[in-house]
Amino acid sequence: MFAARLPRRLPIRTWSARQIATTSARRSDALFVHRDNAYNNPKIPFEFTPENMKRAEDIISRYPPQYKKAAIIPLLDLGQRQNKGWTSISVMNHVAKLVEVPPMRVYEVATFYTMFNREPIGEHFVQVCTTTPCMLQGSEGVLDTVCKQLGGIKPGQTTKDGKFTVVEVECQGACSNAPMMVIGDDFYEDLSVDTTKKIIEAFQRGEKPKPGPQSGRLTSENSAGLTTLTSKPYGPGEFCLPEFQ
Amino acid sequence: MLSVASSLKSIPRPARAKLGRLSARSFATVTDPPVRRYGGLKDQDRIFTNVFCKHDHGLKGAQSRGDWHKTKDILLKGDSWIIQTMKDSGLRGRGGAGFPSGLKWSFMNKPGWEKDPRPRYLVVNADEGEPGTCKDREIMRGDPHKLIEGCLVAGRGMNATAAYIYIRGEFYQEASHVQQAINEAYAAGLLGKDACGSGYAFDVYLHRGAGAYICGEETALIESLEGKQGKPRLKPPFPADVGLFGCPTTVANVETVAVAPTICRRGGSWFASFGRERNQGTKLFCISGHVNNPCVVEEEMSIPLKELVEKHCGGIRGGWDNLLGIIPGGCSVPVLPIDKCAEVLMDYDSLKDAQSGLGTGAVIVMDKSTDIIKAIARFSAFYKHESCGQCTPCREGTTWMMNMMNRMVEGRGHVREIDMLLELTKQVEGRTICALGDAAAWPIQGLMRHFRPLVEERIEQFRAANGPVLFGGRLKSQVDESLAIPDNLGANLKEVAAPPS
Repeated sequence: MFAARLPRRLPIRTWSARQIATTSARRSDALFVHRDNAYNNPKIPFEFTPENMKRAEDIISRYPPQYKKAAIIPLLDLGQRQNKGWTSISVMNHVAKLVEVPPMRVYEVATFYTMFNREPIGEHFVQVCTTTPCMLQGSEGVLDTVCKQLGGIKPGQTTKDGKFTVVEVECQGACSNAPMMVIGDDFYEDLSVDTTKKIIEAFQRGEKPKPGPQSGRLTSENSAGLTTLTSKPYGPGEFCLPEFQ
Repeated sequence: MLSVASSLKSIPRPARAKLGRLSARSFATVTDPPVRRYGGLKDQDRIFTNVFCKHDHGLKGAQSRGDWHKTKDILLKGDSWIIQTMKDSGLRGRGGAGFPSGLKWSFMNKPGWEKDPRPRYLVVNADEGEPGTCKDREIMRGDPHKLIEGCLVAGRGMNATAAYIYIRGEFYQEASHVQQAINEAYAAGLLGKDACGSGYAFDVYLHRGAGAYICGEETALIESLEGKQGKPRLKPPFPADVGLFGCPTTVANVETVAVAPTICRRGGSWFASFGRERNQGTKLFCISGHVNNPCVVEEEMSIPLKELVEKHCGGIRGGWDNLLGIIPGGCSVPVLPIDKCAEVLMDYDSLKDAQSGLGTGAVIVMDKSTDIIKAIARFSAFYKHESCGQCTPCREGTTWMMNMMNRMVEGRGHVREIDMLLELTKQVEGRTICALGDAAAWPIQGLMRHFRPLVEERIEQFRAANGPVLFGGRLKSQVDESLAIPDNLGANLKEVAAPPS
C-alpha cells in the first residue's frame, strides 16, 4: 500500500548469489503492526484537553447515539493534532474508550487511512504530490528540491533537528494548480523549483509563507486573463421561472 | 405545389439542395435541421458564479448571488415536483458514472416509504480524489452555500432527514468554508427543525475523511462514514434500501447536489437546453497538464474537446500539433490520441463512442514531450497504493500491473508481455466488488490501444542495448548458466514482430 513512496525503478538483482532457504524480506516503509517502544506504548498517558473534549463531544453528537463509532475518524484526527501530528497507540486507545468500541476497531481504521501517521513526524509535515497531473508539470523537480533543501533526506524521512518530514503523496485534488505540495494543512500550488526553494527557506527561518498559488493567480482561473465570469454575477431571482423571481 | 414537392422527393437529396427554386418550397418538404454547435456558454447561464473565489463565500455574498432565494417555495412544492424537475432537466450524476439523477433520487421514494420508521440520509460525496479532478474543491471553497442549499433541496426531494457531507481530509480550507456555511445556515434558520420556515426538518453535518481514494466509491464511503475501513460493500442491497447506519441512503456528487436549487429555480427545460440529447446541462471541467493556462471552467456539455482546450486554456503548449494525447475524464478513463481529440465532444455518449469516458470531466493534456508510458505507469502506481485490498484480483492485480508497467517504462520486457499485461487487465476488470479494478485496467488498455507501437519500440531499444530479456525482466546475460533455468522463461524465444494492426 505504501510502495509508491519507495524508489520507482524495480531493483533487478542477479539471482546467482542467492543462497538456499533464504528469502528477501518484504520491504515496506510502514509497519502494520505495533511494537511497543520508548516513545510509543500504551503506558504513555493521553487524554483530550478540555477544549478538545468539547470538540469531541460536538463531533460525537453529529451521529446517531447508537453509532458513536462513526466518530472514530474525526476523533483520531483531533487526537493526532493534539499529539504533535502523529497517532500513538495511546491516542487510539483513548478514542476507543470515548466511542465505546474495542481498541482493535480503532487500530483497523488508523492503519487503513494514509493521513494517520503512526510514527512521530517533524514540526512541518511536507507532502509533495507526485501523481501524473503533477508529474507532467514537474513534481519530480519539486520533490528533489525539497529533499535537497532539507539536507538530502529521502521521502519518508525526518530532518535531524525534527523540524521537517517529507513524504510523497498521491493526488491531493489541486490538479489545475499543479505541481503542488502540502505543508501542514496548507496547499502551496503552481510551484516551480525556485518558489519551492523559497517556501522551504521561509519555513526554515520560522516564517509562514502565504498558501495558495505561487504564480500570482488567485485560485484556479486562467492565468492569462479570465475567459469566463467576467461580468458581475447575477442576483437573486434573475433569469428564474416567474414563480421564483 | 404538391406535385412539385413529390417530384422533388424523387431527386436524391444532395442534388435537391442545388436546385435554385428551393426558396419557394412550402409544406410537405424536408429541411435539414441546422447543425448545432455546443460551447460558448454565457455568464448568465453559469451556475457556479464564484468558482474563482473572487467574491464573498459567506451567507451574505451567497444570497447576493441568488442562493437561498425562495428556497421555501421550492420545498413547499414537494418531493415529486423536485424529482420531476430533475428528471426534466436531464441531469446525470457528475461523479463519473453518469447515472440519471432524478431517477436515482426517486428510488428513495418507493411506494410505502412513509411507513418505514428509519431515518433517511443523503450523503454528499466530496471525497474528490481522482487524479486530474479539482472541480468540487472550487465549489466548496467558492460556493459552499450552493452545496448546502442543494443538500436541503435534494434532501427534500428524497424525503431525507439529514445530509452528511463526506469531504476528503486533505481539504482543510474547503472543509472550514463548508462548516462556516453550515453554521451560518443554521443561525439564519435555513436549516434545522424548520428549514427556511417550510416546516421541513433537515440537518446537515460535515464529516472529514482521512485520505483514502477508495472512499469516493459510494459503499466504501458509507463504510468509512460509519467509522470503519473504507472497503466497498457488495450490492445488492443497494444503499437506497440499506445504506448508512442501515437506513435508506443516496450518495451523490457535490456538483450534482449543488446544481439542484438553480435547476429548480430556473426550470428543468432551461438546464436541458444545453448540450446534446441525453447529455444535457452545464458542467465544470478541470483542465490540467500541458496547456498554456490550466484552469477550472464551467461550460456547456457537449463542447468539443478541442474548443474547450483552445478557448479556455490558451491551447496546447507549442500548438495543437504538439499534442500527444488527452485523458478526458480523470485517470480512470483511457487516453485518446490526437486524431480522436480533434473530433470528440465532451459528453458521456461521444466519449463512450470514442472508447473513453467523461468520468469527472478532468481533462489531462499531454504534449509530445511526455513519456506517456511513464505517465500511465504512474497511474498504475496510484491504483496500487489506493487499492483497499479487499478483492484479490484488484489487490494482486494492481501490484502486477504496476510492476509490469514499470518495466515497460524502461522497455525491459518481451513484446508478448504486452499481451500478457492486457490479459491481466482483462482478468481484473469486472471481477471486483467496486470499479477500482476496472479503473486500474482501463488506462493501460487505452495506452496499448493507441500507443502500442511506442511500447514495442522501447522494448526493441532495450533489447538492442542489453540483449535478450526473460519474462519478468531478468536479462539473459545475468542468468547463471550453471543453474537449471527452465526453458519457458522466454530466454531463447525468437522475438516475434509486432502483429499487423
